[in-house]
Amino acid sequence: MILVLAVVAGWPLLRTIWFGFTDAHLANPGGAVWVGWDNYLRHEEDAWRGLLADPLWWRAVGNTLVFTLISVSLETLLGLVIALVLNASFALRGWVRAAVLVPWAIPTIVSAQMWSWILNDQFGMLNDLLLRLGMIAEPLAWTADPSLALLSVILVDVWKTTPFMALLILAALQMLPRDCYDAARVDGVGPVRTFFHITLPLISPALLVAVVFRALDALRVFDLIYVLTPNSAQTMSMSVYARQQLVDFQSVGAGSAAATMLFFVVATCIAVFLVAFRGRLEPGANG
Amino acid sequence: MTVRIRTGSLIRRALFGLLVTGIVLFATFPLYYAVITSFKSGAALFRVDYLPRAIDWQNYIDVFREQPFGRNILNSVVVATTVVAAGLLLSLTAAYALARQRFRGRRLLLLTLLAVTMFPQVAVLSGLFELVRAFGLYNRLSSLGLSYMLFTLPFSVWILTTFLRELPRELEEAAIMDGASPLTILLRVFAPLMGPAVVTTVLLAFIAAWNEFLFALTFTLTSEQRTVPVAIALISGASQHELPWGQIMAASVVVTVPLVLLVLVFQRRIIAGLAAGAVKG
Repeated sequence: MILVLAVVAGWPLLRTIWFGFTDAHLANPGGAVWVGWDNYLRHEEDAWRGLLADPLWWRAVGNTLVFTLISVSLETLLGLVIALVLNASFALRGWVRAAVLVPWAIPTIVSAQMWSWILNDQFGMLNDLLLRLGMIAEPLAWTADPSLALLSVILVDVWKTTPFMALLILAALQMLPRDCYDAARVDGVGPVRTFFHITLPLISPALLVAVVFRALDALRVFDLIYVLTPNSAQTMSMSVYARQQLVDFQSVGAGSAAATMLFFVVATCIAVFLVAFRGRLEPGANG
Repeated sequence: MTVRIRTGSLIRRALFGLLVTGIVLFATFPLYYAVITSFKSGAALFRVDYLPRAIDWQNYIDVFREQPFGRNILNSVVVATTVVAAGLLLSLTAAYALARQRFRGRRLLLLTLLAVTMFPQVAVLSGLFELVRAFGLYNRLSSLGLSYMLFTLPFSVWILTTFLRELPRELEEAAIMDGASPLTILLRVFAPLMGPAVVTTVLLAFIAAWNEFLFALTFTLTSEQRTVPVAIALISGASQHELPWGQIMAASVVVTVPLVLLVLVFQRRIIAGLAAGAVKG
């Protein structure tokens, strides 16, 4: 197991970091020459070049951060609402929970295609619906319009991953002790105060872990953006940027440098998270 | 007084019902819309309908005739099955060691595994690409089989370890007293008890391998070698600028419906697995 992981994770990672310091080309990565920090930053013909001087890279960083921040916040909020609804007992609850799971079960690529059809500027359902309701005056180009593209990507991501959030929060809600609620009812505490003073503090550890997992997942977003808004600088994420350099521009050196940067961003987050949760990370230790 | 309470609770129930309806509609509408689109062809495709009007299987016939989609499905099945089978074998033995044997660096190894779960795949792309080329696996399914171990192994090991630690130690001690070897213990004592955890792991690994896109896109070249997600992403029609939406939706429905059914049938196991992977982790 360790050997396999070393082959598919450890070694390629080291090679990627190394490629980041070379002028490697996709056609012949073996013949790479060490160029030091040139892929990151170099001074050439009176101008700064390289990754750190590329406005497109910073755009990708910004997009990724905005995407992560907004989509994870929305997912947490919606996930919380859905989890609270599913935690109540009502008729057809099993069916509703099944329906909520549907987006999670759909492959990301498929959901990207489904949504790009719904969001289609000419024949899409969303424009038709909004026009009929009189909410917009003319069809919007959801995925092509620079001011809407990132919003569309966030919408689809929220749709796709809210179920994951909802289910994790639901799992936490169902482990809560009943007696706190009985005590609160006896004392005549209203539902809103019960939620903020009992439910939220009790589920916040689980909530935090779910948020961290989703955020780390969102930071590496690739497939959704690649399919929904191809070749758009408005939505390009760090992963999309790295792959574009690597495969489309055949520049393994520059692409690897970008991938290495992304890796260190994510690794830093993971390290902070692991240190913060050190006590709880023993599998099965806390039941 | 009683009347007011009753209308109050009635309104509350109506609002709750509305909220539930909204959630269900939001969650299922895109799939429903894809299904009704897939049954439309020609000009009907470009008219927005909210209810199905006619059922036309043409798109389903076309997607298998005009695209190598049957082959793509076979590729995905082969890759996902291989990854799951090989991954399960490796992760079972590793999880047993991590859960039961005490050795130095055990904790560090577990934390590393957790970190690898959250690894950005693009970070290993160029290194892995070189490796795939060196092994002569480029544009072959085995390149995917190998690279998918990157994300299926860590979480399989994590879930199985979590589960194994909850099994009572007495079982194992009894077996040791009877002179059973570690392998016998794993196969004869734990394997039968681990049915549920194994089902969860297999399902999650299968879904992850089935849905993977980045490696599949990068390590395959010809449309015959593509897996389902790449095929659906790159479907093209007669002309460059006209996407065959009907076929895309038909293909989407073909691969999604079995997956949705699978998830719904096993929803309890999947939720348990996700909770073990994240809430406890």
